Parts: sequence; C-alpha cells; structure tokens
Amino acid sequence: MAHPTQLGFQDAASPVMEELLHFHDHALMIVLLISTLVLYIITAMVSTKLTNKYILDSQEIEIVWTILPAVILVLIALPSLRILYLMDEINDPHLTIKAMGHQWYWSYEYTDYENLGFDSYMVPTQDLAPGQFRLLETDHRMVVPMESPVRVLVSAEDVLHSWAVPSLGVKMDAVPGRLNQAAFIASRPGVFYGQCSEICGANHSFMPIVVEAVPLEHFENWSSLMLEDA
Amino acid sequence: MADVIDDKIKNYRTAPFDARFPNTNQTRNCFQNYLDFHRCNKALSSKGQDASPCEWYQRVYQSLCPMSWVEKWNGQIEDGSFAGKI
Repeated sequence: MAHPTQLGFQDAASPVMEELLHFHDHALMIVLLISTLVLYIITAMVSTKLTNKYILDSQEIEIVWTILPAVILVLIALPSLRILYLMDEINDPHLTIKAMGHQWYWSYEYTDYENLGFDSYMVPTQDLAPGQFRLLETDHRMVVPMESPVRVLVSAEDVLHSWAVPSLGVKMDAVPGRLNQAAFIASRPGVFYGQCSEICGANHSFMPIVVEAVPLEHFENWSSLMLEDA
Repeated sequence: MADVIDDKIKNYRTAPFDARFPNTNQTRNCFQNYLDFHRCNKALSSKGQDASPCEWYQRVYQSLCPMSWVEKWNGQIEDGSFAGKI
C-alpha cells in the first residue's frame, strides 16, 4: 500500500509491474538529465560576461541537436514497446475471477468449479482493529494463489467503476454490460491494496480492493471454507 | 472424438485462451459460449444423442459469465423473452 510522503510507485508484486517500474526509472532519468542540461545552459547564458551575440548559423550544432534527440526518443521507445508487447502476450490462466463493481462495494465470483460469490465491503474506520489501514481494509479479500496466472474479468452492475491494484500493475474499467479482461501473476505472497478508480457516486472513495496472494494449498482451504459459509 | 472432449472436461481448469476473442472485451466470449451450450443441447437432444460434450460450453460460460447475467438469461429463456437465437 502507499505510505505517507511516498513519491514513487509501490513495491512491485507482479513481473509486469517490475518492468513498468524499471521503465519509469529509465524514462525519468532521461528527463532529469535533459532538464538539468537545459537549466545549466540557461544559467550559463544568463550569467556570462561574453559579449559576442551575433553568431548567425552553425551546421554542426544543428545536426547534433537534431540527431541526438531522435536517438534519445528511440532509446525511450524501444523499452516502451517491449513492455507493451509483453503485456499483450497470450495468457494461459489457471484461474478466472469476476470482479463486479456496485455502488459502493466490489463482489468477487469464483465459478470455475463451484459457484462461489461474496461481497467485499470497506471496513468502517470505527471498526478497524489496531494496525489495520484506514479506508483500505475490506471484510472479505480476493484471495488468489501466488505465482499463478490469474484472469480477472471486470464488470459493473450499475455505474462505471474501475478495478485497480497498483502493486500488481492492474487497472481495468468496470463497465455495465461489458466484460473486461485483465491478467496478472502475483510473484510473492502478500496483501495488495487498491481503490476504485472511476467516479461512481457518494462513496466512490470508500470501496477499496484487497488482493491476498497465498500458497496454493492455503487458497484451496480458503475456497472450501468460503463455500461452506455461503 | 468424444473421449478427447471428455478428457478436456475432466482436466478443466478455467476457460482457455480463445483466438476468436483475443482482446480485452470478453463480453462476446461469455455470450457465445452460453448460446453454444444451449444450441448444442437442443441439437443433440433433438437427435436423441448424448449431450455430455455440451458440458464444455457450460464450463466455459460458467467461468466467464457473471452469475447475475446467467440468472437473467436463464429467466428470459424460461419466459421466452431471450434475445439470442437458440
């Protein structure tokens, strides 16, 4: 989850998010280097005591500051396209979960074998246990087996919502009448938080998403328990 | 042929990648499998044949389609108001 005064991304919990994080570092470094160079040149121009200001043209520098930006853009484009195609690879999921957005909660359906469905409401602030996170915890979490490709089909039952979990690198709009597919692999066990990312009414800020990645046996135990309770 | 399908159904994990629906929008994937299940049932039952191969389509649409959509469509089929051609 996010922490106070955080500037960068949350720690990646999926291979795709790791790639996105590294690419962002790469692109940001290029941007910072260019900005530093420009700022230096500006201060140098402003503070110089040299007085010859009538240089009219120069083929050499024109060539350099045309070719060099083109090269820099290619250096940004190649990793970017690599990730784009990586995210577009054909998935072979082990598990399909449906995430349905409602006003104002998510419901999850695991229907590959039995019909398991449950609602996931935010825990109100006054009901939080010590150590729990305000506006992020839910009564039921979406449990997934770790290191397994998971397909999430996102839709909505009323208005537009959006299902987002930043540490997994997933955000997918929930549109009524439409089934949008997202895929991820949780590389490590853990609890990953997200929030509804499309304005959907009064309690849009109070319908969080919690994904809990656990070893496969724990997932199987959890789903048996959930089916019994239902 | 039937045992190939039986094998696939027995080893079913979740709906596999379907090249007819390669993109983000899987709405039609869900609806198509729902239609195919009912059409398969109708076709095989009318000839008096075993409808167990149709279970494949049922597993796939149950994996993909939201439960509320399936309930709504089942109700429409019972009423006779279902919009798809079965």
